[in-house]
Amino acid sequence: MTQSFRIQGGMYIDRTKPVRFTFDGTTYEGFSGDTLASALLANGVHLMGRSFKYHRPRGVLGHGAEEPNALVDVIRGPGRTTPNLRATQVEIYDGLIAKSQNRFPSLKFDLGAINDLLSPLFGAGFYYKTFMASPFLWTHLFEPMIRRAAGLGQAPTQPDPDCYANQFAHCDVLIAGGGAAGLAAALSAGRSGAQVILVDEQAHFGGSLLSESRAEIDGQSTKRWLEQTLRALQAMPNVRLLSRTTVFGYFQQNFLGLVERLTDHLPQTREGEARERLWQVRANRVILATGAIERPLVFPGNDRPGIMLSSAARTYLNRQGVLVGKSVVLFTSDDAAYQTAIDLHHAGATIIAIADLRDNPDGAGVEQARQLGLPIFPSHVVVETFGRLRINAAALGRIGADGTVTPIRVENCDTLLMSGGFTPSVHLFSQSRGKLAYDPVRQIYIPGQSAQNESSIGAASGTFNLQESLNQGFTEGCRAAKAAGFEAAVPATSQVKGDVPSTAGFSGAVPRPNNGHFGKAFVDFQNDVLSSDIIAATREGFKSIEHVKRYTTTGMATDQGKTSNMNTLALAAQALGRQIPDVGLTTFRMPYTPVTFGSIAGHARGDLFDPIRKTVIHDWAEAQGAILENVALWKRAWYFPKHGESMHQAVRRECLTVRSKAGLFDASTLGKIEIVGPDASEFLNRLYTNSWNNLPAGRCRYGLMLNEQGFVMDDGVIGRLAQDRFHVTTTTGGAARVLAHMEDYLQTEFTDLNLWLTSTTEQWAVIAVQGPKARAIIEPLISEIDVSVTAMPHMSVREGLICGVPTRLFRVSFTGELGFEVNVPAGYGRMIWEALWQEAQKHGACAYGTETMHVLRAEKGFIIVGQDTDGTVTPYDLGMEWAIGKSKPDFVGKRSLSRPDLVNKERPQLIGLRTNDPAFIPDEGAQIVSEAEPKTGSSALGFVTSAYESATLGRSIALGLLSNGRAKMGELVYITRLNGKALPATIVDPIVYDKEGARLDG
Amino acid sequence: MGNMISPEPLMRDDKTGNVLTNLSLGKVKLYFAPHLARFVLQAQSNELHRAAQALGVTIPDPLRATSHKDRHILWQGPYEWLVLDLPSNMTVIDTTIKNALSGHAYSLVDVSHRNQALLLTGQGVESLLSTGCMLDLSLKKFPVGMTTRTLFAKAEITLWRQDENTFHIEFWRSFAPYLIGLLQQGAASALPA
Repeated sequence: MTQSFRIQGGMYIDRTKPVRFTFDGTTYEGFSGDTLASALLANGVHLMGRSFKYHRPRGVLGHGAEEPNALVDVIRGPGRTTPNLRATQVEIYDGLIAKSQNRFPSLKFDLGAINDLLSPLFGAGFYYKTFMASPFLWTHLFEPMIRRAAGLGQAPTQPDPDCYANQFAHCDVLIAGGGAAGLAAALSAGRSGAQVILVDEQAHFGGSLLSESRAEIDGQSTKRWLEQTLRALQAMPNVRLLSRTTVFGYFQQNFLGLVERLTDHLPQTREGEARERLWQVRANRVILATGAIERPLVFPGNDRPGIMLSSAARTYLNRQGVLVGKSVVLFTSDDAAYQTAIDLHHAGATIIAIADLRDNPDGAGVEQARQLGLPIFPSHVVVETFGRLRINAAALGRIGADGTVTPIRVENCDTLLMSGGFTPSVHLFSQSRGKLAYDPVRQIYIPGQSAQNESSIGAASGTFNLQESLNQGFTEGCRAAKAAGFEAAVPATSQVKGDVPSTAGFSGAVPRPNNGHFGKAFVDFQNDVLSSDIIAATREGFKSIEHVKRYTTTGMATDQGKTSNMNTLALAAQALGRQIPDVGLTTFRMPYTPVTFGSIAGHARGDLFDPIRKTVIHDWAEAQGAILENVALWKRAWYFPKHGESMHQAVRRECLTVRSKAGLFDASTLGKIEIVGPDASEFLNRLYTNSWNNLPAGRCRYGLMLNEQGFVMDDGVIGRLAQDRFHVTTTTGGAARVLAHMEDYLQTEFTDLNLWLTSTTEQWAVIAVQGPKARAIIEPLISEIDVSVTAMPHMSVREGLICGVPTRLFRVSFTGELGFEVNVPAGYGRMIWEALWQEAQKHGACAYGTETMHVLRAEKGFIIVGQDTDGTVTPYDLGMEWAIGKSKPDFVGKRSLSRPDLVNKERPQLIGLRTNDPAFIPDEGAQIVSEAEPKTGSSALGFVTSAYESATLGRSIALGLLSNGRAKMGELVYITRLNGKALPATIVDPIVYDKEGARLDG
Repeated sequence: MGNMISPEPLMRDDKTGNVLTNLSLGKVKLYFAPHLARFVLQAQSNELHRAAQALGVTIPDPLRATSHKDRHILWQGPYEWLVLDLPSNMTVIDTTIKNALSGHAYSLVDVSHRNQALLLTGQGVESLLSTGCMLDLSLKKFPVGMTTRTLFAKAEITLWRQDENTFHIEFWRSFAPYLIGLLQQGAASALPA
């Protein structure tokens, strides 16, 4: 069987380029210019999918983005499987491999079709009613079952090997849709010199013109006109033509998201070539020329393979030279569909019958069909269809004068075409927040009031007449260019002949015998929603279309109701006895068609997902074999294992070395802010709890920062370099937040103060030298600073030189040992680190990482904001009243600190925990409880915030937040474990090492 | 432009001696700019104007950079400028501003080592930058001499157009690998120049 349904004609295929492809394991042949759907139809294959719920055999319904049935997986190798592609949009290429979905074991024999027989059980609301009945069955039976059955295609499981491009762009006029109206708009806007982007989702521009074989524009064929128009547009450097590109989202202020498919239509791609490009476009004016989609008619058995939209059949015939069937019944309510019958008739198909819902059909199409002698039956409906994997007959009925339907006869056929008129594609208009207007004559929604700098033209605006669409295009293109500031004149419009426009339409369920809703009349093909489901939903009391949608799932899934929307509205309105506009309208959500995750991720993957920030000492640490950890965006050295040490062994050695000799630590990631100006100290007074006025130049102070709610948000040492200059440090993760917080207050609350903020985080590399030998290590390298105990006491800062490089030298300690922090301009950091390392080695000192830093500070009871605090902890909770300047009139958070809840003595307080078993290291986050086996439902007293093995003390140490903890010193509590019973611990002071601070001076 | 920083392949920084291989991104060349003296100068308009006079550089309009020889002022905000010069002029700038503004309120902070800069030059530089920067970089909307703080993907940058096909990009130093990586990716998939 090779393309037995391929006939003469086909304006847009290249018969010199045959293409071989595989569908469900069978190899077929098509031509360049075919879609998967047209090529399969050329080979007589209509069956392309199974429906979602009932697993009914389905053929292709449409010819574009609206396709609800023919969803396929395209497989391009490992990690390159794309599910849920519409066969109507997949361009074939040599070697294409496509598979149908939602069937087992095969498309022709699908075990899931049992659901079709059981369908009386599966009406709308079935799932809700059944699954909500028993929580036990939900968890253990239904959810696992549904998860297996859910979804149509299968998501790829391997990483996507393709790369995806990203492009920001700006233009004067963006035109979505390159049909007749869009092309005309592009011509007149382009001629004005405006920057124009014309977008079309198909491989070729032209829209419905690509299917139009008989109408003429300016005395020539539509094909010639298209070629000329495109040549004219290509010659304009200010016009960018994007084909294979979908405008999927219309956001605020004329910002639009586009996906351009670059390689999916190619058999081979170059290594590293982008598969898709995400365009993020800001347009001065937007013209929506997105066309219209034909509506199916809702009648029993309207979903069998071989039943399709009339416009689709015409497209396959004229565009690709494919006859969708040989004996055809047409069921219509619109003049335009007659053209399909006429074209098919000329192509050699037999038109068995044209059933027209109208009692007195007229129009150019009807007239031509009459002249050709085609059998037209006014006031007729299709009442049922027959055939399993393909339609083989249709039963017709007559609508009597009283509206009742009488079945009259059964006609054999292999194809049934239907047309309920056209629904404008208002998705993007609706996304732009424009208001839709209801046209009661044609029963459609058309764009009404625009919300942005936008206008709709052509079929998207309800203009189904080609001549008027072109006129609108020329005029709107001109108007948009003018609005964007360009001189533009409306060109002489083109003259159209032989167009048969859509004039009427039908929405809702077509009349049936006995006026019933028996039989399966599908409203939403993709979600298997029947007309009876909509009726049932209204009977259940759902009155808003939003509720009907959720109850029946109509309009959901990949096609987002492109073919079902108006029929659903009409059915619901009819059942509720209301007008269509009164039942409301569901939201049109983006994306218009599904968008790959790859295109949205773009380059943001792997090492480029987020910036990976490294300090200037990073390479040294890596060369020394440091194990790294992520802290905010930074990579930090976690510990430095030597000779195959475990983490435990390395941290133990580092801790003991720092306490007995000294250690070097890269603290460059600490946030730094330079605050300069006459009111700098007053600003700090207001932003920190501490008092700063009396801090002399050359001294430092620990600062605690609260948010407005009175909770600790950051901390750090602040050094005063001069009367009007402070060097502020913040936590690594808090740097950006603290600077923003300060700027916010400076610009909005404290405008009376005269000072400025500058981030200096990356200006300075910071090397902490900590331990009894710290002074001995730095002293030989320092000049212009006296580092002796008396000249440079704890919590002081000096400026001078180290190895001839300018330094801000802080004497601070986060370990409890004698300590310095050497700040040097970052470019010198590595050199100074190596110089200090030379000296350090002479004293047996080590390099240490963040884990050792954590242990050493925990032994001293120093908190880490974000570890021992969680955004709900006050200075009182931490026992840090000493950091609050009591005499200050105000500071951020002060008022909150006196709220009743914040002074409640049952609040959690920071305590130390001494486990009875010294080898037991609690889990951070473990609950603190009052007994080893607390009763189910009883509350915890608090939780562990930090826990380590302390090499110095030879046992575990832990910090925690415990309700009223400071009053409970010495009491016994229990700490829960993930496995096993809670273990006992005694509540102790958080400072467990050198409480009197004797070691600070070395 | 005579006062443009010469786009030669230069060192990663002035002490380590690491030279970065200059990369070719299609028709666009990417260089690390040489080490520069950099100061953030913040003050009220009167003080800023006084400082510009003392430095011998024209007062920049909003979103513009002005230059005199190797000295540049990049407008960063109504009360904030970034002053660039050769490293050898570090002290000159510091003392010139201190003298000019003595007795006035202002903030002058050395950020020479905080920032690094990339120079991107060549045909197609606009569309390469548009792979990560959302601003309209057409010559009409972003003319020569324009500068602004903006984002390149997730990194904050200061963009400065030195001539039609040359941009100077200032950023905090740890963002260099991220920016260069993204520019390479962008060049591999950018629109044809």
